[in-house]
Amino acid sequence: MTERRNNQRKHIVLLSALAVGMVGFSFAMVPLYAIFCEVVGLNGKKYEQEISAEPAVLQVSEREVTIQFLAQVGRGMPWEFRPTEPKLKVRLGEIHLTSYYARNRADQTVTGQAVPSVSPAYAANFLHKLECFCFTQQQLAAGEDQQMALRFYIDVELPEDISMLTLSYSLFPVPDAEVASPTLASN
Amino acid sequence: MAVTADHAIPNRSPLIAFLSRWLLTTNHKEIGTLYLCLSFTLFFIAGAMAMVIRLELFQPGIQFAEPLFYNQMVTMHGLLMVFGVVMPGFVGLANWLIPMMIGAPDMALPRLNNFSFWILPFAFTLLISSLFMEGGAPNFGWTFYAPLSTTYGPPSTDFFIIGVHLMGISSVLGAINIIVTIFNLRVEGMTLMKMPLFVWTWLITAFLLVMVMPVLAGAVTMMLTDRHFDTSFFSAVGGGDPVLFQHVFWFFGHPEVYILILPGFGIASQIIPTFARKRLFGYHSMVYATISIAVLSFVVWGHHMFTTGMPLAAELFVMYATMMIAVPTGVKVFNWVATMWRGSMTFETPMLFAIGFVILFTIGGFSGLMLALVPVDFQYHDTFFVVAHFHYVLYPGAIFGIMSAVYYWLPKWTGNMYDERLGKLHFWTAIIAVNMTFFPMHFLGLAGMPRRIVDYSLQFADFNMVTSIGAGMLGLTQLLFLYIVVKCIRGGEKATSRVWDSAEGLEWTIPSPAPLHTFSTPPQFPIPEKVYQHD
Repeated sequence: MTERRNNQRKHIVLLSALAVGMVGFSFAMVPLYAIFCEVVGLNGKKYEQEISAEPAVLQVSEREVTIQFLAQVGRGMPWEFRPTEPKLKVRLGEIHLTSYYARNRADQTVTGQAVPSVSPAYAANFLHKLECFCFTQQQLAAGEDQQMALRFYIDVELPEDISMLTLSYSLFPVPDAEVASPTLASN
Repeated sequence: MAVTADHAIPNRSPLIAFLSRWLLTTNHKEIGTLYLCLSFTLFFIAGAMAMVIRLELFQPGIQFAEPLFYNQMVTMHGLLMVFGVVMPGFVGLANWLIPMMIGAPDMALPRLNNFSFWILPFAFTLLISSLFMEGGAPNFGWTFYAPLSTTYGPPSTDFFIIGVHLMGISSVLGAINIIVTIFNLRVEGMTLMKMPLFVWTWLITAFLLVMVMPVLAGAVTMMLTDRHFDTSFFSAVGGGDPVLFQHVFWFFGHPEVYILILPGFGIASQIIPTFARKRLFGYHSMVYATISIAVLSFVVWGHHMFTTGMPLAAELFVMYATMMIAVPTGVKVFNWVATMWRGSMTFETPMLFAIGFVILFTIGGFSGLMLALVPVDFQYHDTFFVVAHFHYVLYPGAIFGIMSAVYYWLPKWTGNMYDERLGKLHFWTAIIAVNMTFFPMHFLGLAGMPRRIVDYSLQFADFNMVTSIGAGMLGLTQLLFLYIVVKCIRGGEKATSRVWDSAEGLEWTIPSPAPLHTFSTPPQFPIPEKVYQHD
């Protein structure tokens, strides 16, 4: 009888540990998923967010692809936000300069952060940005507008099956950003 | 039930005695009854919601339900049927039957058992009460994908989250109880490979529950913190990813669909041998097939997400792994058919439902195979074809399984035979109505009718009308079921202890109705033939 009771207690402890462990596993899926996506280049994020280095020798290929630009504003973002050119035909390896237009329609200074996403997802690692407004937060005073530069090139290694890329930016408000002093903003 | 008098403490008003009996009971049979009553009640509530959905879809256009309300009905119908009807239904059967089948006096943890049950009424009150709140009930579908449920969910989503937490706690505790009971309280001589298949399938189901309900709890917790504590698990603004939600959810969700069907497999494996008057064909292969299905269920969740932009290699892996599940499932279907082959079959109501289960579940399995194919899934995804598929595995699968179990063991529980004529009428009306309701949905889906939308284009009108008429019939047949069950509880021809000619198992060696306390002294096992009391 006591042996059975001990067995029973052992089973209860093991099973409870399993249940608690699985709660832990569900949270562990968050970093695991991020690592997995990084390894296989999933979900259109580019993980090295740093500025790509200016290539030493420019390798230009004859192959041309189309790149589309999209813009979305997130919830509570009072800005007008759009690409100045909806799409470009580019040669692989060639450096291009384009821009996005933003205007603050609110009556106060607002800081925004653009979050990029590339589709098809596995093309993300072949799009190199040399200069991008998404690297920093943007701040616009009430009614102010600006052209925000984007300088990029597409790797010659881009897989053969891709003939069109879409680069999409979602612009979100940064709620607790410090409003910079007017002198800085005028810079 | 004379036995109840032993439990009532004298000099108490009947109301207090009644309440304390059911609130404080630790008896596995009474708790089983409570689970089954809850499941049956919610079956009618969630069924009424299905009626609202079908009424609205009877004709194109918007007649009865505003889009927002329609979405709430779809969501609540799904949540209640999955978590409130099928799961508690199976747990109720487990409570009633597992101790009787393994010769145990009760569950291993009777007080925990009481707690597991009594959490549920609170969970479902929280969930259903959200219908009456400002902003309405959850309206994002039972799969509650982010950001619909996080950024755009109504305020009542928090009630839903706590409700899901409570259900999860109840299921995990119940599952632990079942595993501990099966491992420790089997009668001497009953090795694992001599257990009845219902016990086997429940053992495996319980392991699935312990492993995946906590993941669901994790998912809703992340939702809660995303909604209120500025985390960004599922929000791209803060570096999260809404697709992550689908991974976490379906890691739970796919094993969950086997939780909803494995006990049904067990039930069919108990009932078919009785009415074919043969031993179950391929007992060992049944056990191994069930285990393989459970193991495979952990690696196939991606087939719910083919259209999210998975890498091709992952799509292929998931596709092949999913199709591999058809092999053990096919083994089971083969075994059931082989059990019936050259048997002396009779067709009492439980057998009719079990055969209906085998045939129609197989149809649902085939449409599942179609959905598992990556290239065609892009067409079927989010159409009524998916709705047809999972209703075929859940209605004539899980629900028919529960109904056939109820008819089969009801005489043992109540001591009375149910009305066989009405039972057969129930089966034949139900099987016509089930097919009339769900079969045209295949055509609608293949023709491109999307799911979860209140309105549809004109070319879908005729099939939708057929479906709605079938659904109305199906709803009515369940009232007949209610009447049959109530009638059987109140009286009828007395049942013998074995009830069915060639039923095998320890539960048939005790008198009908089963006394409140059984197997206080362990029975003999294997069961000597003379023990079945013929009277």
